[in-house]
Order: sequence, then C-alpha cells, then structure tokens
Amino acid sequence: MNQPASAYFLEERHDPNETHTLSVLVQNEPGVLARVIGLFSGRGYNIESLTVSETESQKHLSRITIVTTGTPMVIQQIKHQLDRMIPVYRVVDMTLTGSSIERELAMVKVRGGGDHRVEALRLADAFRARVIDATTESFVFEITGNSSKISQFIDLMRPLGLVEVSRTGVAAITRGPEGM
Amino acid sequence: MTDKSHDPNQMTGAAMIVRALIDHGVQHVFGYPGGAVLPIYDEIFQQSEVEHILVRHEQGAGHAAEGYARSTGKPGVVLVTSGPGATNMVTPLTDALMDSIPLVCITGQVPTHLIGNDAFQECDTVGITRPATKHNWLVRDVNDLARVLHEAFYVATTGRPGPVLVDVPKDVQFATGTYHPPRKSDVHISYTPRVKGDATQIRKAVAMLANAKRPVIYSGGGVINSGPEASKLLRQLVEATGFPITSTLMGLGAYPASGPNWLGMLGMHGTYEANMTMHDCDVMLCVGARFDDRITGRVDAFSPGSKKIHIDIDPSSINKNIRVDVPIIGDAGNVLGDLLQVFKAEAKKPDIKAWWQQIAQWRARNSLSYRKNNDIILPQYAIQRLFELTRGKDTYITTEVGQHQMWAAQFFGFEEPHRWMTSGGLGTMGYGLPAAVGVQVAHPDSLVIDIAGDASVQMTIQEMSTAVQFELPIKIFILNNQYMGMVRQWQQLLHGNRLSHSYSEALPDFVKLADAYGCVGLQATKPSDLDGAIKEMISIKRPVLFDCRVAALENCFPMIPSGKAHNEMLLPEEATDEATAKAFSGGKALV
Ligand SMILES: Cc1cc2nc3c(=O)[nH]c(=O)nc-3n(C[C@H](O)[C@H](O)[C@H](O)COP(=O)(O)OP(=O)(O)OC[C@H]3O[C@@H](n4cnc5c(N)ncnc54)[C@H](O)[C@@H]3O)c2cc1C
Ligand SMILES: Cc1ncc(C[n+]2csc(CCOP(=O)(O)OP(=O)(O)O)c2C)c(N)n1
Ligand SMILES: [Mg+2]
Repeated sequence: MNQPASAYFLEERHDPNETHTLSVLVQNEPGVLARVIGLFSGRGYNIESLTVSETESQKHLSRITIVTTGTPMVIQQIKHQLDRMIPVYRVVDMTLTGSSIERELAMVKVRGGGDHRVEALRLADAFRARVIDATTESFVFEITGNSSKISQFIDLMRPLGLVEVSRTGVAAITRGPEGM
Repeated sequence: MTDKSHDPNQMTGAAMIVRALIDHGVQHVFGYPGGAVLPIYDEIFQQSEVEHILVRHEQGAGHAAEGYARSTGKPGVVLVTSGPGATNMVTPLTDALMDSIPLVCITGQVPTHLIGNDAFQECDTVGITRPATKHNWLVRDVNDLARVLHEAFYVATTGRPGPVLVDVPKDVQFATGTYHPPRKSDVHISYTPRVKGDATQIRKAVAMLANAKRPVIYSGGGVINSGPEASKLLRQLVEATGFPITSTLMGLGAYPASGPNWLGMLGMHGTYEANMTMHDCDVMLCVGARFDDRITGRVDAFSPGSKKIHIDIDPSSINKNIRVDVPIIGDAGNVLGDLLQVFKAEAKKPDIKAWWQQIAQWRARNSLSYRKNNDIILPQYAIQRLFELTRGKDTYITTEVGQHQMWAAQFFGFEEPHRWMTSGGLGTMGYGLPAAVGVQVAHPDSLVIDIAGDASVQMTIQEMSTAVQFELPIKIFILNNQYMGMVRQWQQLLHGNRLSHSYSEALPDFVKLADAYGCVGLQATKPSDLDGAIKEMISIKRPVLFDCRVAALENCFPMIPSGKAHNEMLLPEEATDEATAKAFSGGKALV
C-alpha cells in the first residue's frame, strides 16, 4: 500500500453511495437546527435537502426532513448520530420504509414574450404548474411534485427565459394509517 | 397573591446553582472567577458545603475536573466566566467528549439583553461548545434554571458519559425564581439511553464464545465508565471462559496487568502478542471500546477472519469503523452480568490450549524489550522503576501526551480500574498535571503521579501553584528527553529525519522552577541515582517536580506503521534503519 507519510490510514472505501430521506422528530427548542446542521458539517455528511417546521405546537415538536447521500455504513452512522442527540425523539429512514411519499414545492419566475411565453404556459399546463403571478412580460409558476419532476420543469424553462427559482426542499410522509 | 418571601425555594439564580450542586452531592468545584460569575462566587463564599478549588487557567480547571471524575466515577464540576473563561474550556470539554468523561461546566454569560451585541467578554458560548459537549443549554429564565441544572447532571452521567455546559447570563443569576430538587420530569423525554442488553443477542454471543477456537476479549474505556462492578464481571468472564484479554489505552486496569490471561495493551504501540491475537482470532468480544484508528490500523486488514461481538452503550459506536456480527447495545456491566450468567448456565469453557500455545510463541518475542544501559537512564527503565517502587501503594497515575505516555501504558502495570488517567482520544498535551490536581483533590491521602514529558508539562505548568495553594502533594515525574519525542519519532520515521521544531530548546531548569513555585525539585541523571530519587519523591508530602533526565533519542516500539496491518508490526530489535525504511515504504525519503 502506498500512502504519503501520515499518522492515519488514508485509503478510502469505495462502497456505492445511496440517497436516503430521513424524517427526524425533534423538540422545538433554541439551537436544535444548529445541532443537526453542525452534525452534518462537522462529520462531513452530505445534505442534499433539509426542511424544518414546527408540526405540533402544543408539544413543541418539529419535523426535520433531510435528504442525504452516503455509503450504507455512513447512512447508518448518520441515523445513530442524529438519534443520540438529546432533543431528538425519533429518526425514521423513509427510504427504508419503502412507502414514503416525497414532495417539494417550487416557485419559478420566467420572463419573455411571444412564442416563448406561449410555450412556457403550455409546458406549465403539462406539469400542472399554476400561474400565481403574471405581468405582460413574466410569469411566476408554482409547481409541486417530487424533486426530479421539479428539476425537469426548471430545465425546460431555462431556454424560455428563466429568471429565478425558489424551492422548499423535500417533505416526506409514509403511506397508510400509521404515523412515525 | 401568596407571600413568597418565606418560601425556602425562592432564591436567586446564583443561589440555585450552589443549591443544585449540593443536591447532586458535589463536594468540589474547579473554577476561576470573572465578572459574569461574580454572583455565583458570592454564594460560594457564603457556604461551606461545596469547596472551590481555584486553578490558574480555566483549561486547568477542566482537566482537573476530568481527573477528579475519572478517578471517582462522579461528575467533575467546573465554574468559569464568560468570554475567555468559556473559550479556555473548549480544549478540556472536547477532551472529555472524546474520552467519555462526565463533566458539568457552568459558564457565566453577559446579561440577556446584551446577548448578540458584542458586549464586554461576550462570546457565543453555546455555539462554540455545541460540538464540544454532549449537550449544552443557555438559560434565559431563572425559572428554568433548576430544571436545566438537574438535567445537565443527568445527561452528563448517564448513557455514554460526557461533558455538558450550562450558560447562565448574569441577570439570570441575580433574578429570583423558584428552585426545585431533582425530579424525573427535568429530563427530555427524548433522552432514553439503553442499559440492558437484548437477551437474544446475548444468547447468540454466548453460542459464539462457547464454540470459539481462537477467541480474544478486547476491552476498553466503556468498562471503566460503567463502574467498578463491570471490571469485576469482566474478570469473572475471563476466569469462566479462560480467554486471553487485551485492552485499549483507555481500558487499562479493568483486568489486572498481573493476571494470567493478560496480553498487554493492543494497537499502534501495543504488544506483539495482543495485536497478533487480535489479527488471528476467530471470535472477538469487544466490550466498551470503539475500534479507534490507533487500534484497527488498516481497516480492511483488521482481524479479517473473525466473528465480532460488540457491547457498547452508544449505538453510534457500532459499525462505525468496523462491521460487527453481533452488536449488543447496553451498559458494559449490565450486559457482562447477563452474558456471564448465560455462559455459566449453558456453556462450557472451550478447549483453547492450542491457541494459548500459539500466544505463548508470540509472547516469547518479548516485544517490549529494550537494551539495558548503565550510564543513561532509559525512559522504559525509569517507568519500570517507578512501577516497582510504588507497587502495593495506593497509587493513581496521570500522563501527558507523547512517548512517555505510551511507555507508561506499556511498563506501568495497572491492577485496578480508575487508577489511570490519560488523554486518549484528543491526545491533549497539558492534560496530566491538572488532572493530577483533580485526582489528588478527590484522594487526598493517595500517591498521585503525573508521568510527564518535558514539552507537555510546560503547557499547564502554572497549576503547580494550585497544588501548592491547596497542599496537594502531586508528583510530576518528567521523562525529560529534551525533545517532543513523539513528534521527533515520526519525523525520523516518515519525514527524512528532518527534525523540524521538535527539539525542546531553552528548557527551564525544572528544579529551580519547583523552588520558585514553592514545591520540591528533584533530579536524576544516572541509573544509579534513580531508585533513591524516586523513593525520596514518594516520601515527600508536598508537590514535587522530578526532572528525570532520560536518553534523548530513544523511540517507542513496538509500532504498527500507519496503513499496515496488525501482523506487520515493527518490533524494537527489528527497528533498524533499513527495516524501518521498508516498513514505512511509500512514505517520504526515510532515515
Ligand atoms: C500518542 C497516542 C498514541 C495512542 N496509541 C494507542 C495505542 O497504541 N493503543 C490504544 O489502545 N490506544 C492508543 N491511543 C488512544 C486512542 O487514541 C483512543 O483514545 C483509544 O484507543 C480509545 O479507547 P477505547 O476504544 O477504549 O474507547 P473510549 O474512547 O474509552 O470509548 C469508550 C467506548 O465505550 C462506550 N461506553 C461508554 N460507557 C459505556 C458503558 N457504561 N457501557 C458500555 N459501553 C460504554 C462508548 O460508547 C465508547 O464506544 C493513543 C493515544 C495517543 C494520544
Ligand atoms: C496540545 C497539543 N499540541 C500538539 C500535540 C502534538 N504532539 C503530540 S506528542 C508531542 C510531543 C510531546 O513531547 P513531550 O511532552 O516532551 O513528550 P515525549 O514524546 O518527548 O515523551 C506533540 C507536540 C498534542 N498532542 N497536543
Ligand atoms: Mg520530551
């Protein structure tokens, strides 16, 4: 094995990466989001998407949805590391449940006239995006769906005068009657 | 409105803090005053149940509290001011987090209405210490203070122990509110560490152990964390199974070094027999250890043929570096108790005579041997003499970080748990001297020795003054090789012998320094002086700085070069320049 002079074993393992969506139920208290984000940056984990909002205000519970990528061993570590934080109640790997629904919302601003304007409207209709603001030279579309559908829509808008996009990140929930 | 003036639970935040310490049985606090904690210091002044030990630098308070905690099993408590007081605590908090040491640190903070204004001595203490603690809190309302303090003690001492920090703004210390004694509801319901191991997993483990041909027990700091009962059970398990046992740096003393099944420490500077046994075993029982990189070496070649059982209280320790076959989540003592019971009821001692014969051959390599010298004191010899001359005494050892630390681990035999305090995970130079202060506070009549290096000891030498003030007769035994020996060793092995800034230039005269501090200075320069000087040190009932002049260029072996497997160790007699160059091939030009 060849490695430069080092106190550490430097060879990286090359297990294939997987993408997982995690739902994390936390006590809504100051600093809790900073803890979660600090964990990811401090330990070098990836965040593809992160959303958070209070979901049960009487109980001060918030739900964080994180989309992350890593080898199976790293994903397992992430779950354990989240779970051992004091204000974390539960961590559910939505990807492993096999029955999760994921949605994201985006607002997409497009500017242009003539054929481009007509084409943008036509595509929006095909993607079931709604017009939520319009001027004579622009539209703002609202689109909901899984992340890849939204990305696809945005790509199509690019040549038609895409100005800017605001995306919420992914929210997820399981199918069926059971809660997390 | 009811009249609250006679309610004994109505008190200021500052009074609550002292009251909570008393309610948690705290007898000693290590601290340093400043503007943001003056109300608390005022309360401390007016009572006598909690004794305050004034250090000379907040880092010293943190390490002293660590030594106190590790040697007693009780949490160490620290009180420091805002801003620089808090930032000086970052190193000991991180050290305690890495080594799973329970600390409760209380910091003062600027008044709540000034937070965020860059007020005098303000810093974002909870932000800075978030990744350095198991959990931390900023208390903005005096009526939350009692609950948070009680939770802080609970979190620090349960599950995988660790440091916690409570940041208390000065206005909250002055404000009056309602105190309550500790109660269950003080704790987040989301925090539920698991103590009892899963019975099915334990049965599986027993079946594996009973059928092992080449087993090994690999124990670690978690057994010490669990308390003395866990060490007792570990010894019983070794007895019941007849298995060989090794331990990490952090677990020394759980099984006695004089025990017949002891292989010595494992890992980078562990014994040949311990590492070979780990490499070739067929069943490995890991108890309270975390497969650290100093242990595994190259992970893909780590004990390739074995089934692994891992007992650990923290699920995140499992499968972090090494995949295991039977994880058991729970407290080491609790799980060992159950495991032992099932083993005794359902299994027989497996016949592993052939395995012991193999181990005997590895032992015969005598991997800790070194050339004797009649003119210069060899560091290994110095530790051996220190060990022999303190044998049978009520001794606690702390260390700094470097070669001397490894030699202490290799040559000082620990018979009991909680007797060995060292910075393993963070490797903090400057840990040992203040840690010795903390140990001595907890054990005033015991012999407390910091095995130190000439470079490390200078990082927290100011705590000698604390030792003198509080009449703590700590012994600082400096293996003075006039080098940052561990750094020099790596430079020799890996960086073409270019000794960049690793020489301890302009060392102080430690004997005179001792004198200046008002303690005793001793020196030994020849092997023939050594025993007499050590005996003198032991007999002096005051703090001592012992300048033990040792061979300057001695290196620490055996050693597993990074990126190598356990069976590719470099042994002392083989560590010729040529062999070393080969072992470290792939590195830069070598000696
Ligand atoms: C210069 C230097 C060289 C070093 N060389 C070596 C070396 O050669 N060999 C060596 O061994 N170390 C060496 N170390 C130390 C090394 O860096 C690690 O600190 C050490 O190996 C970790 O020990 P451990 O695995 O026992 O884990 P610890 O850090 O002690 O962790 C304890 C584990 O037990 C678990 N635990 C805690 N409480 C409980 C409980 N109640 N019940 C069950 N489980 C519990 C924790 O979750 C954790 O997984 C060296 C350090 C330095 C500074
Ligand atoms: C605070 C800190 N800074 C730097 C290091 C890196 N380091 C590890 S060992 C060492 C040298 C220690 O020298 P000394 O105390 O004389 O011990 P020796 O190795 O000579 O026994 C250094 C600089 C460290 N571990 N801690
Ligand atoms: Mg030195």
